[in-house]
Amino acid sequence: MSFLLVQALSGLATAATLFLVSSGLTIVFGVTRIVNFAHGSFYMVGAYAGWSLIERFGGTPAGFWGSVAAAALAMGVLGAAMEIGLLRRLYRSPELFQLLGTFGVVLVVQDLTAWAWGPEDLLGRRAPGLKGSIDILDQPFPLYDLVLIGLGPLVLGLLWLLFNRTRWGTLVRAATQDREMTSALGVDPARLFTGVLFLGCALAGLGGALQVPRESVTLQMDMAIVVEAFVVVVVGGMGSLTGAFLASLLIGQLQAFGILVFPQITLVIVFLFMAVVLVLRPHGLLGRAEEVPPTAPATVTVPLSAGRHAGPWALALLALLAAAPLVAGDYALILLTEVVILALFAASLHLLIGLGGLVSFGHAAWFGLGAYGSALLVKHLGAPMPLALAGAPVLAGLGALVAGWFCVRRSGLYFAMLTLAFAQIVWSIAFQWYAVTGGDNGILGVWPPAWAAGKATYYWLTLGLCGGALWLLRRAAFAPFGYALRAGRDSGLRAESVGIDVRRFQWMAFVLAGTAAGLAGGLYAFAKGSVFPTLLAVPQSVDALVMVLMGGIQTVAGPLAGALVFHLLESEVMSLTDWWRLVLGLIIVALVLVFPKGIVGFLSGIRRRA
Amino acid sequence: MSEPLLTVDGLQAWYGRAHILDGIALTVGRGEVVALMGRNGAGKTTTLKAIMGLVERRAATLRFDGRDLSALPAHRIARLGVGYVPEDRRIFADLTVEENLEVGRQPPRPGAPAWTPEKLFALFPNLAEMRGRRGTRMSGGEQQMLTLARTLMGNPSLLLLDEPSEGLAPLIVKQMAEAVRRLKAEGLSVLLSEQSLSFASWVADRACVIETGRPRWTGPMTELMADDGVRAAYLAV
Ligand SMILES: Nc1ncnc2c1ncn2[C@@H]1O[C@H](COP(=O)(O)OP(=O)(O)O)[C@@H](O)[C@H]1O
Ligand SMILES: [Mg+2]
Repeated sequence: MSFLLVQALSGLATAATLFLVSSGLTIVFGVTRIVNFAHGSFYMVGAYAGWSLIERFGGTPAGFWGSVAAAALAMGVLGAAMEIGLLRRLYRSPELFQLLGTFGVVLVVQDLTAWAWGPEDLLGRRAPGLKGSIDILDQPFPLYDLVLIGLGPLVLGLLWLLFNRTRWGTLVRAATQDREMTSALGVDPARLFTGVLFLGCALAGLGGALQVPRESVTLQMDMAIVVEAFVVVVVGGMGSLTGAFLASLLIGQLQAFGILVFPQITLVIVFLFMAVVLVLRPHGLLGRAEEVPPTAPATVTVPLSAGRHAGPWALALLALLAAAPLVAGDYALILLTEVVILALFAASLHLLIGLGGLVSFGHAAWFGLGAYGSALLVKHLGAPMPLALAGAPVLAGLGALVAGWFCVRRSGLYFAMLTLAFAQIVWSIAFQWYAVTGGDNGILGVWPPAWAAGKATYYWLTLGLCGGALWLLRRAAFAPFGYALRAGRDSGLRAESVGIDVRRFQWMAFVLAGTAAGLAGGLYAFAKGSVFPTLLAVPQSVDALVMVLMGGIQTVAGPLAGALVFHLLESEVMSLTDWWRLVLGLIIVALVLVFPKGIVGFLSGIRRRA
Repeated sequence: MSEPLLTVDGLQAWYGRAHILDGIALTVGRGEVVALMGRNGAGKTTTLKAIMGLVERRAATLRFDGRDLSALPAHRIARLGVGYVPEDRRIFADLTVEENLEVGRQPPRPGAPAWTPEKLFALFPNLAEMRGRRGTRMSGGEQQMLTLARTLMGNPSLLLLDEPSEGLAPLIVKQMAEAVRRLKAEGLSVLLSEQSLSFASWVADRACVIETGRPRWTGPMTELMADDGVRAAYLAV
């Protein structure tokens, strides 16, 4: 009994941190309509900055709490700087650009943090005066956690007062509803938004600095917390503070007790909870029904012409690629093999985004599922390569069939969040189910058999399979299926009214894209000889998005060009430096700001003008 | 004669690529009420938004109180003393009546009447009874009054009033006309867009008639009432 009570209390302490961070995220979203991927980075840097300050000044209670406050304020200033430098230019962009742009910031901040504080985990000192624990029904419970538990409701109350009892709060609520009208009444929306980012990021920094006495400060904190905060915000209802509070409490308890019941799959429970809430209450626990986050219309509506000459060009390209082994060495062939695989991966995502208008933030799930499918078949059943390769798209397709049923129920940002959640589920299974997947050691020794082991042979095999799959995807794009998808993308209501079951087509597209990505994943496993959970992780999904974005959303050829440029960049430029995250992050930010139509769109724009 | 409070000449405006206004010209003198008239879709709303900086626009002249507005964003224009009342009653539905007024509040401005919530509640007695009520629970007429009151909280010297009588019950229309006359008496200048001749004839000194984004006729309101030809050409449905 007392054990359960202490467990519940520790769940409350987790909830308090979760609430601090997600309240900031939900406030920023409510006003700017941007889901700030970099929110977790402010939490992480807040923890690092807090650690440094506490090491220096944290010997006394005043020094400790002053350090925490200073770290929070510093994060607020950084957040305001990000609003001015980046977000301000993205308010009217499609959500894909907003998510990617802020993810670019995540990468940049990761490297800068590693550079400033080093790669080792840091252990902070305990809070002076709160080092001990008290007995609750004969069970010890840390005093510091008790303080945290009180802090959650306190911050909620203060935020409520701020938004309901001050002029600034009233203006922010007004701008949330009608930005244009607010500015017509003499309020500078830019300054208001800068202030909101200050507040939101200061809350994240506060959450981070308060963690210093509880756990070690690491470079992985950012992604871990931001994904959890997404779940809280989506479950609570995007933009709702009270909802975030409620959801934090629920998820805190779910984690505290889930770890007792299913220690292997705590993460899965949390994400499943989110999926179930979203199906039962599509706008979250306390979200508003009418809020369809306004998304910018598709940037360009150049109709995808089937291109009379596309066939011959594609054949010529294929012939050229097939001839590559005549001149290319082993290293170049390995590189080309990977480019071809990634092209299929990117093209499958493009099917969702370009045709369906569905921005998936978890496409790596299907790529990784395919890779793991092949690897598991080889490892546990000793399957030969053809069978293992056939299993990859099947497993990925089945996964996409289940996840797709949930995901296509929602559009826009919610769709992105749901896909992210499913990708995290698959990732955490691969990561936590040691007995089967080997956890983060991955699965090694997934090599092609002797007949396909030659670099050229495997390259031709890859080219054949990916070329076939790409041809099928292209066929689908110009079949009635593709037109129905586009109709649903451009005007869901109109498409419904002429009898197109938009959701059904989107579901089919989801499965098709997942299957194709699975094939790419299977080929990738044999190309690399091993699989790791990173294949399923968020950065892998983002890589695919970057490839699509580099190539341009509105062109079918785009993903191929994107895969080529991206992979060359990755293997030839970024491998030269330890700071590849910094480089990649800056590339992403620049892409988002400078080439909203991608490389191919940019080039054809030049051609049209010339 | 001194410079008019507002001078607009050669005003062009666009929605995306659609060119909507082409050479609108008008003036509003100090203490004057001018009716901007034209059929549905003539460009009245767009003209007011263009003056306010809410659509992409360009103008040969766009001067208010001696200042050039053409490069200023909406909030700067509002702070110079231009009050904008939209046609679609964009009140903040989640905010109470008092909070709506608070959003509009600006410091008092020399040369313009200074408003407080109390003075506005005296002008619109209906609103006084629902200070704490949220916008979602108000009738159309009440919302229209609140939109006007909210803009007045900015103590404007020029009011841009978009179709104040649209969709209101006859009794409320009378109240609205009464309010506009009171504002004129307090020294406010008003540019209002209207389709209803009767409303315009109650309140306006002059009229400016536009069609498909171009100016067609301008003159005293009484002259417009007497000129059947102009009315038939540009106003009759
Ligand atoms: N948001 C918009 N986008 C594109 N065209 C618009 C938009 N709003 C109005 N228009 C067009 O601009 C023209 C003028 O509209 P408006 O200024 O609202 O006319 P009025 O207020 O006189 O009825 C109309 O042809 C209308 O169709
Ligand atoms: Mg109008």
